[in-house]
Amino acid sequence: MGIKNMKEADFRDNETLDLFKKTGGNVIVSTLDAIMDWGRSNSIWPLTFATSCCGIEMMATGASRHDFARFGIEVYRASPRQADVIVVAGTIVNKMAPVLRRLYDQMSDPKYVIAMGACAVSGGPFFYNTYHVVRGVDHVIPVDVYIPGCPPRPEALLYGVMQLQRKIKLETLRDPRKTENLKLY
Amino acid sequence: MDNATLKDRILGMVPGAEFQETKQFLTFVIPAGQMHDLALRLKNDADLAFDYLFCLSGVDYVKYLEVVYHLESTAHKHQLVLKVRTEDRENGAVDTVCDIWRTAELHEREVYDLLGVKFNHHPDLRRFFLEEGWKGHPLRKDYVDEVNIVEL
Repeated sequence: MGIKNMKEADFRDNETLDLFKKTGGNVIVSTLDAIMDWGRSNSIWPLTFATSCCGIEMMATGASRHDFARFGIEVYRASPRQADVIVVAGTIVNKMAPVLRRLYDQMSDPKYVIAMGACAVSGGPFFYNTYHVVRGVDHVIPVDVYIPGCPPRPEALLYGVMQLQRKIKLETLRDPRKTENLKLY
Repeated sequence: MDNATLKDRILGMVPGAEFQETKQFLTFVIPAGQMHDLALRLKNDADLAFDYLFCLSGVDYVKYLEVVYHLESTAHKHQLVLKVRTEDRENGAVDTVCDIWRTAELHEREVYDLLGVKFNHHPDLRRFFLEEGWKGHPLRKDYVDEVNIVEL
């Protein structure tokens, strides 16, 4: 499927990702990698985590009209232990930052982060003249995909999730995704 | 009770009350000393019966601080807004109404936390959202925090 005004071929083609693939260790993606990537990228379970209005859009994305289960991002998990991706949907205030960090730490690898909306990307409308807002969730946890918007439409979240899936599809067992805390394999 | 009758009743009870022309609510500015007595009468009078305080908030007008009470009677379906101004901006104090409307207890803690209005006779006046030991009251116009605030 393509995005509006974008041809399917362009959507599939991504120079940055291709470059990433080439420079990522010169490993021929084995059959095992292909199976692993196929499985992982099509069963991303998000954490039930939303702090403000972006959460409403995220719920709409999960509900029947947009239904992101079609693309393999499926059941919301209430426990970080069972979740693969945390969609930071909303403003993170200074008091919430340690909670978010702990949720992220409790998730098991491989884990991914989507920063959804202006607040999670940069602090957004709360960048200036506030005493309590974290200016971008990447100050707290590493982010894989940024989705701009205030709040982003469900289509934007779907697009962001698909970008994440494409990122996951480039992983190999030889050179696993480097996460901040621990290395698997 | 319609607003015209209600207005006469309030002005009869508190001669010093100042009527304010607003679009939505019948609004009065009440002298700080008379607020608690007036609140008691509004709650207990059978014709008025303001049994529901649906909002209590604070405003910083730079020269003074103001506490705003939104009242409603669930029996008579009429609404009323009362405002009380503190004389002293730095140590502004208002009598609590949480003995009349219990919900005010948390609202007053919030106003104290963010604006620094003190409430006399409040049973548990602590910070509400911010940590213990926070310096200053961040919703005040003159609040300065050079570390966290990016000025536009």
